[in-house]
Amino acid sequence: MLELDTVTAGYDPRTPVFRGASLTIAPGEAVGLLGPSGCGKSTLARVAALLHRPDAGRVAVDGREVRGWRHRAPRDLRTAIGVVFQQPRMSADPRLRLRDLIAEPLRATGRRAEADERVAELARTAGLTGDLLGRRPHEVSDGQLQRACLARALVLRPRWLVCDEMTAMLDASTTAALVAVVEAYRREHGAGLLAVGHDRVLLERWCDRTEEWADCVRTA
Amino acid sequence: MTPVLSVRDLSVRFRMRGGRHIAAVGGASFDLAAGECLALVGESGCGKSVLASALLGLLPGNAQTSGTAVIDGIDLLAADERTLARTVRGRRIGLVPQSPAAHLTPVRTVRAQLQETLRELSGTPRAELRAAAVAAAERAAFPPGLLDHYPHELSGGQAQRAATALALVGDAPLLLADEPTTGLDRDLVDRTADELRRHADGGRALLLITHDLAAAERIADRVAVMYAGRIVELTGATRFFGAPGPRHPYARGLLAALPERDFTPIEGMPPELGALPDGCAFAPRCDRADDACRAVPPLRDGVACHHAEEAARA
Ligand code: SF4
Repeated sequence: MLELDTVTAGYDPRTPVFRGASLTIAPGEAVGLLGPSGCGKSTLARVAALLHRPDAGRVAVDGREVRGWRHRAPRDLRTAIGVVFQQPRMSADPRLRLRDLIAEPLRATGRRAEADERVAELARTAGLTGDLLGRRPHEVSDGQLQRACLARALVLRPRWLVCDEMTAMLDASTTAALVAVVEAYRREHGAGLLAVGHDRVLLERWCDRTEEWADCVRTA
Repeated sequence: MTPVLSVRDLSVRFRMRGGRHIAAVGGASFDLAAGECLALVGESGCGKSVLASALLGLLPGNAQTSGTAVIDGIDLLAADERTLARTVRGRRIGLVPQSPAAHLTPVRTVRAQLQETLRELSGTPRAELRAAAVAAAERAAFPPGLLDHYPHELSGGQAQRAATALALVGDAPLLLADEPTTGLDRDLVDRTADELRRHADGGRALLLITHDLAAAERIADRVAVMYAGRIVELTGATRFFGAPGPRHPYARGLLAALPERDFTPIEGMPPELGALPDGCAFAPRCDRADDACRAVPPLRDGVACHHAEEAARA
């Protein structure tokens, strides 16, 4: 289970972005969280991805309560969760070639030896062909960079995926392609998914169930 | 009726290091009439934003253009920067930008920016500026009560309206909206699109550049689909989104990829604009490709394909 229990979070404890948000995802389940822009769902996605410490409430991953937060949760917990954001250009280090971008989490966890094989395999899965792996972010399109960011999110074989508006900038075909990559991964590894977004048609087609933001938070 | 904008054989190439070239736009032709909305759709990197920049004279220095794009007797591709700055941008083409928050000046209130633009573009006398700014805000459905706000105090939708109000000030006959709905949620997309449509209904020509097919379907009269720098289909929106549907294999695939349709992607990725294959650029991904496709298909009867889906019988 990935559990958020009455979580309050924000950037200033006096004026949290949201209060009392609760959401539970079962192993292998795909949950869509629908909300209008600016409602705070991206902050919730960051909490669920263990990248943003909540001001109050409980977060648990696979039955283990997350403790020892600094700004983020301890790394050994975070590696259970892969995360993809809306804007690949803001989340990808512009100096890294795509190959190194994808391998970054492996290097950071001391598993450099696996990198070549794993990157080649994921590049194939994500549809990154030819010489794209040798390019830097400014030399590829948004869609290609987002494919690389998705590959990076999968590189440690996470049990959970958090996708925050992963396809909001992308055309219909690239959107369908990235969702297909996520779904193929989930079928193979039984991973659970939290997909945060505003596109009802997309999330209802993609996920097992969708939750409304207003029903997840006690008070905004 | 003479079109507001007439584009003929517009091409844009970028000169790169090592003598390489990138063909970002190839041979685009279309007309746009007053009161009409043309949606230019395609994925990021397909050339649609480059085309928009070419119309506004905002291409980088290494760009080479050919063809013509005429508005009001002015060829936008031949005009010098002075002409573009003084008579085109704001006055003949109003730009509704992609990220309004970035387009607005952060340190000045919406009122100050509207008043300055009014003074510049319409020479409104000082005494009338206040009233004119309120009127300009109302035209774009921007709440006058928020005029003294700074851009960062606005929501995404409010910022979009403020930017639209600025774009409308010069009474330009052509509105160019570059991905105006990116990052907005569906309700706001609909509202923004409807407001743009209202301005077209008011007699302006509207060129909507977007990857959002739902927004295009909502307000466009005609749709132009771009792939690898070329317009591969140009047709009426009702035919395109309804029956009989698109005729070009790429356009058919793009529509089929929508989550409300098949949700299946088109296999593969678009070619590099710096290394376009000879012949039809879609051939490596096309299940109809054959020997004929080694020649670039011209846009004929609104579709550029050697084996286009039959036009529906009348
Ligand atoms: S010209 Fe040939 S390759 Fe190109 S879209 Fe048509 S059938 Fe496919």
